[in-house]
Amino acid sequence: MNLKTKALTKSIWAFHVSAGSCNNCDIEILDCLTPRFDIERFGIQLIGSVRHADVLLITGAMNRKSVPLMKRIYEQAPKPVFVVAVGICACSQNMFKDSYNVCEPLDKILPVDVYIPGCPPKPEAIISGIVKMVNKFKDKNK
Amino acid sequence: MKALFNYFIFPGFLFSVCAGLLAGWVDRKVTARIQWRVGPPWYQNFADIFKLFAKETIIPERAQATFLLSPLIGFLGAVLAATIIGVSVFYPASSFVADLIVVIYLLMIPAVALILGASSSANPLASVGASREMKLVLGYELPFILSIITVIIKTGGVIRLSGIINHQVSFGPLIYSFSGGIAFVVALLCAQAKLGFVPFDVAEAEQEIMAGALIEYSGFALALFKLTKACLLYALPVLLAVLFIGKDLSPLFLAFKFLLILTLMILIKNTNPRLRIDQVLRFFWGPVTILAALGTVLALFGK
Repeated sequence: MNLKTKALTKSIWAFHVSAGSCNNCDIEILDCLTPRFDIERFGIQLIGSVRHADVLLITGAMNRKSVPLMKRIYEQAPKPVFVVAVGICACSQNMFKDSYNVCEPLDKILPVDVYIPGCPPKPEAIISGIVKMVNKFKDKNK
Repeated sequence: MKALFNYFIFPGFLFSVCAGLLAGWVDRKVTARIQWRVGPPWYQNFADIFKLFAKETIIPERAQATFLLSPLIGFLGAVLAATIIGVSVFYPASSFVADLIVVIYLLMIPAVALILGASSSANPLASVGASREMKLVLGYELPFILSIITVIIKTGGVIRLSGIINHQVSFGPLIYSFSGGIAFVVALLCAQAKLGFVPFDVAEAEQEIMAGALIEYSGFALALFKLTKACLLYALPVLLAVLFIGKDLSPLFLAFKFLLILTLMILIKNTNPRLRIDQVLRFFWGPVTILAALGTVLALFGK
């Protein structure tokens, strides 16, 4: 594993995007930062600007308003960037499947790297998803 | 040759950046412990910098040429300031006359570079950040210079850092006098504002204007801004140690005094909420400047 891959996996800055979620997954993401889970010890930080992002944590079902914004946010992030679908709405639309203003699941819009199902997913599940993403990246860049 | 070595390796670039990044880790770790968390490992800030160098650098469509130039200017200024302070501590013989004045000017450059870069990045939130940084500079420069004038008066007109150290070696640390103590408190608050630490982090307010001045920066330009901040995080506590508690500056004592001042700053950072920009200006132009002026007057009377 070279230095670049190591640095990328040891320092993950996450940008939190809500595509119209019910706020539950967002609260669970914030729970990961609390003293009980403390993901900063793995170098994971929540940052304010998408230009600093390494990971996009996307929550909520994609609706007509948020689809163009999601595409734009993905284009604004400096590559390499990973997309994580947090919660069942972002993974597969859940019960909003037949809703009039919900378009399509997130992976039809952006290349999703990790799916974290759950309504909402537990902080343990989110951390486990990030670990899987890191392992996938390491295997790819051996 | 020696000057180049000083600039690039020992008290300059390599040493000050490494020391600054480690100080940044101390900051994150102490903050984590205060919040009852574990905190990141010691190499965390190094990993952040290497990662940023590996990432893509995006230049906004309407950005000016100074967008990529200003992080470099700020970084070179901060490294030069750290070098001059380091040389006067480690090799007092090769420091030059009036280096204190040069250091005051050089410590301004990172803030000016931040304003320049933010205002050339064509982002409304960045321009808000730039205007706040400008007001912040206007706020803290006056008390900072007044507190340094107090030091100069106390040492009898010495404007050379090694001369100030020599004066304290023969007459005891300046902080033990009334005016020196007041000037130290003022300079500590101004250093806090120069570093953009929490009560005065209006320019970068993460939760409010999303990293403010740095919002459009990515990749190596952002890494340069982070390195500038690391450099300042090493240079400012050392400068305060030299000016106010510079009696014994052998490496071990210097490290101890550096950590002492750094911990003071981190504690101020973690026990205060962020002020609004008008509150910051009122704070610096009101109580802090009056305190600094009082210190100067006391120093003139020899207290």
